[in-house]
Amino acid sequence: MRHLGVLARIQLSDEEVQSLTGQLDAIVDNIAKVSEVATPEVVATSHPIPLENVFRPDVVQQQLTREQVLRNAPDQADGRFRVTAILGEEQ
Amino acid sequence: MAKDALMDFDEALELFEPVLGFEVHVELNTATKMFSAAPNPANEAHHGAEPNTLVAPVDMGLPGALPVVNAEAIRSSISLGLALGCSIAPSSRFARKNYFYPDLGKNYQISQYDEPIAFEGSVEVELEDGTIVTVPIERAHMEEDAGKLTHMGGSTGRIQGAEYSLVDYNRAGVPLVEIVTKPIFGAEHSAPALAKAYVATIRDIVRGLGISEAKLERGNLRCDANVSLRPRGQEKLGTRTETKNVNSMRSVERAVRYEIQRQAAILAKGGTITQETRHWHEDTGRTSPGRPKSDADDYRYFPEPDLLPVVPAPELIEELRAALPEPPAARRRRLKAEWGFTDLEFQDVANGGLLDAVADTISAGAAPASARKWWTGEITRVANAQERDAADLVSPENVAALQRLIDAGTLTDKLARQVLEGVIAGEGTPQEVVDARGLAVVSDDGALIAAIDEALAAQPDVLAKIRDGKVQAAGAVIGAVMKAMKGQADAARVRELVLERAAQ
Amino acid sequence: MTDLTRLTAAELAAKLSSSEVSSVEATQAHLDRIAAVDGAVHAFLHVSDHALEVAADIDRRRAAGEQLHELAGVPLAIKDVLVTTDMPSTSGSKILEGYMSPYDATVVARSRAAGLVPLGKTNMDEFAMGSSTEFSAYGATHNPWDLDRIPGGSGGGSAAAVAAFEAPLALGSDTGGSIRQPAHVTGTVGVKPTYGGVSRYGAIALASSLDQVGPVTRTVLDAGLLHDVIGGHDANDSTSLSDAWPSFAAAAREGATGQVLTGLKVGVIRELDDRGFQKGVSDSFRASLAAMEAQGAEIVEISAPHFEYGVAAYYLILPAEASSNLAKFDSVRFGMRVTPQGAATVENVMAATRDAGFGPEVKRRIILGTYALSAGYYDAYYGSAQKVRTLIQQDFDTAFAQVDVIATPSAPTTAFRLGEKIDDPLQMYLNDVTTIPANLAGVPGISVPSGLAAEDGLPVGIQFLAPAREDARLYRVGAALEALLVDQWGGPLLDKAPSLTNGASL
Ligand SMILES: [Mg+2]
Ligand SMILES: [Zn+2]
Repeated sequence: MRHLGVLARIQLSDEEVQSLTGQLDAIVDNIAKVSEVATPEVVATSHPIPLENVFRPDVVQQQLTREQVLRNAPDQADGRFRVTAILGEEQ
Repeated sequence: MAKDALMDFDEALELFEPVLGFEVHVELNTATKMFSAAPNPANEAHHGAEPNTLVAPVDMGLPGALPVVNAEAIRSSISLGLALGCSIAPSSRFARKNYFYPDLGKNYQISQYDEPIAFEGSVEVELEDGTIVTVPIERAHMEEDAGKLTHMGGSTGRIQGAEYSLVDYNRAGVPLVEIVTKPIFGAEHSAPALAKAYVATIRDIVRGLGISEAKLERGNLRCDANVSLRPRGQEKLGTRTETKNVNSMRSVERAVRYEIQRQAAILAKGGTITQETRHWHEDTGRTSPGRPKSDADDYRYFPEPDLLPVVPAPELIEELRAALPEPPAARRRRLKAEWGFTDLEFQDVANGGLLDAVADTISAGAAPASARKWWTGEITRVANAQERDAADLVSPENVAALQRLIDAGTLTDKLARQVLEGVIAGEGTPQEVVDARGLAVVSDDGALIAAIDEALAAQPDVLAKIRDGKVQAAGAVIGAVMKAMKGQADAARVRELVLERAAQ
Repeated sequence: MTDLTRLTAAELAAKLSSSEVSSVEATQAHLDRIAAVDGAVHAFLHVSDHALEVAADIDRRRAAGEQLHELAGVPLAIKDVLVTTDMPSTSGSKILEGYMSPYDATVVARSRAAGLVPLGKTNMDEFAMGSSTEFSAYGATHNPWDLDRIPGGSGGGSAAAVAAFEAPLALGSDTGGSIRQPAHVTGTVGVKPTYGGVSRYGAIALASSLDQVGPVTRTVLDAGLLHDVIGGHDANDSTSLSDAWPSFAAAAREGATGQVLTGLKVGVIRELDDRGFQKGVSDSFRASLAAMEAQGAEIVEISAPHFEYGVAAYYLILPAEASSNLAKFDSVRFGMRVTPQGAATVENVMAATRDAGFGPEVKRRIILGTYALSAGYYDAYYGSAQKVRTLIQQDFDTAFAQVDVIATPSAPTTAFRLGEKIDDPLQMYLNDVTTIPANLAGVPGISVPSGLAAEDGLPVGIQFLAPAREDARLYRVGAALEALLVDQWGGPLLDKAPSLTNGASL
């Protein structure tokens, strides 16, 4: 559960860890239920209405002004978003 | 940082077989980004824009924004897949790679996972000595780039010790094709050279296709190099390290050599290699450990529900296949024959990254020999001195024009070098520099004769010697005349005239 | 003078286009109504400062002889899941408090272009996770029929706004029933269009493969009018269908003649028997079927054996997609930022922000989704759930080979009391059993008021489902039944709702 909190970047309290741990069972129950019918020969449907090759022409269109980009920034400096020190590295 | 113990390279190769693998990210130079219609900074037209000025809602993960695939990026990716000898997937899909990082607006990267657009290919790589190595390609997939972080505070500008970081999302969403090789065996002593040649080949391929600006120094091409060693005679592969984001060909070569020497030293002492990413440090020529592989690499991939499968029509694939340029290795073979260069002459050109420059100069009218001489000679010398790319200094058209001025007798070799300097300095075409600097050869005999007569009058002893048949004494007069003419005279013509005037 | 807030959008539009009333008058009437009742209902999170300005502009353009859209000048409430440039967009979450979007959602842009007057943003369960609007970070919305009861969710605000006559039209979004179930419990009309029929661009994503934006209104015709405005292809949404759609308003008008019922084959699902439903809900449903039968419709029992797997599949797919869609709320570019004590790194700033900014239901689903996608489980979990989608689609295909539409009660019970199920997520989830299959399969659905439950006097809705792309069929059938029932009732069902202004209900 702690690991899930790290992956999801949510700092869970001890109580949250406790109550959520119990609720993972719901997922397990759901998987048990769908497994009754989700047999190998059934194809998965990722999009309810199948489409393919939806592309956009390579023409510049949308573009925000820097003011728009930064408008909601919790913190900024030099036209960029400012964040506190980063521990982990790039992926 | 403690210094790594290194084993002598040849000794390492005696004990261990190096196995390589590369992941090269190619930034496509489409007009817009992979999933948004914002301008693409990896296109020359938008390079160097102010931070956060090339951003559409989806690039910074704004609530409600949705991605739409760039048709041109699909064409470029298919072309690249074909140029790598890959099969193009009849149907491929985008997937979300989930991880949190401040440069990633959505906190997932749209990439491809189990269904890449291109797979199973190979590419011929020619080493500097002319050996051809076939590198097996596992896949090429499409994805988007992340934004750019600048680490502030602290001393180094590096992530460690920084107080805060600034994020620019201009690069977020730049179309990338990631090319992943299969393990490459048998490179042996040439492993570092192969690394460099492989990246050069990828660069030549994407340049030939015109799908990327292909400038390593700008990050248009970024190489992650995987290196592992296995003891001679062992079947099982050793543990590999992944040295990330090595951004010049020379560095790729050095990084691979370093990793071989470092790992060999550890293994020889009975140690084990940690599976980890490593960073290349250009300044020290070393790699340092980064993030170990862990469950933080649980990217929770799943098919991107906001995008649909890419199902290229067979006709499109054939159209793009028909339009492919010649593969680099084949092109080299052809050009070498056409130009009539010796092996050494040709390698000089090819290894200097000057094939295109020379070819274009020849197309612009220069003879192969003179084109080669300019590019591998004076231009490379200036480029090295200025730490720039030779191809960026001067256009092939201008080099051809310069050579035409020599051939026409307007310039001497020496004058031409001064004109080249002017062209590089941005003073215009060779003709414009000649005009502006007044550098043309003085071909007016009247002016020369006046200068010669003056010089002869000033040096009566020399005149006497010449009249005595000691023709070599003329040198002193010629030198004085050339000096008076500020070098802008054809020395051969001056000599002729000196002998003529002395005889009178 | 008639109370302008009691008019349907179509009626108001007619008075506007004949210049009998101005948009400023109509807008003011709704703003007054909001001022009078929204303290009790709490349908709105934000009321626009520009509504009268926009209305005045419409009046000016009309006076200048400009040819305006049929709905020009009619007020519109907008679910807060849709981003707007002139009002904050929070999706019911603290983490987005005060967030101002630099662009409008496509449906909002289209509404503005048609001259609709945005009145405000309506309340919702945080990030549309819930069936009661109790999970809004800004307090629950109250059902205008009984202020102690839930208005449904997640779009309880939009449904309550139209039910309380605070707006004639509203926009909603439906991921597992968030338009249809609130319609059911508030005696209003709600439509979930065919997936891809209406653009999702600018709808803050919950589950991308399930979300669909649609109209929330008091009549089927009004829903059709609004659907005509917001629907159709949008190049900014890759999953948007490029179909040429018929006019849904025209379909509703055609349906209202009642002729569509003759020979109409209405499927009822064998596996959805009465046991799971409140008696008043079942009774109302049967009565509606009987009324349709009396007009020549044929009720056909069909089988949908995989619908019972829908809820399980839904609660695998939704948290998985949501966990990824909600990752963007990280304190870097917008929204809340919480910096914990001590040496802060961006990692723990993100984690502290998400802990403080998300409510418990959101955190629950993000964690469940993260689990469902994490190491090695993708195929078993998400992948298997997607197989259930295939099976449910096959059930629909088989059914629609036999019938024109499928009918179900829109939800198992009438509005429950606020707080009654908030600690029982599973029970709350079961609310979606009738609505979820449409989202999983992408087919359109409509909920139309079918009457009041005898035991509690609360509204009940009937849901019709049609094959993908056959949204028009829903408008025809829905309008036909609506005409029949309104005739039986002697007026719209909402006439029976408390007025909210005579003091008793406030
Ligand atoms: Mg990689
Ligand atoms: Zn990559």
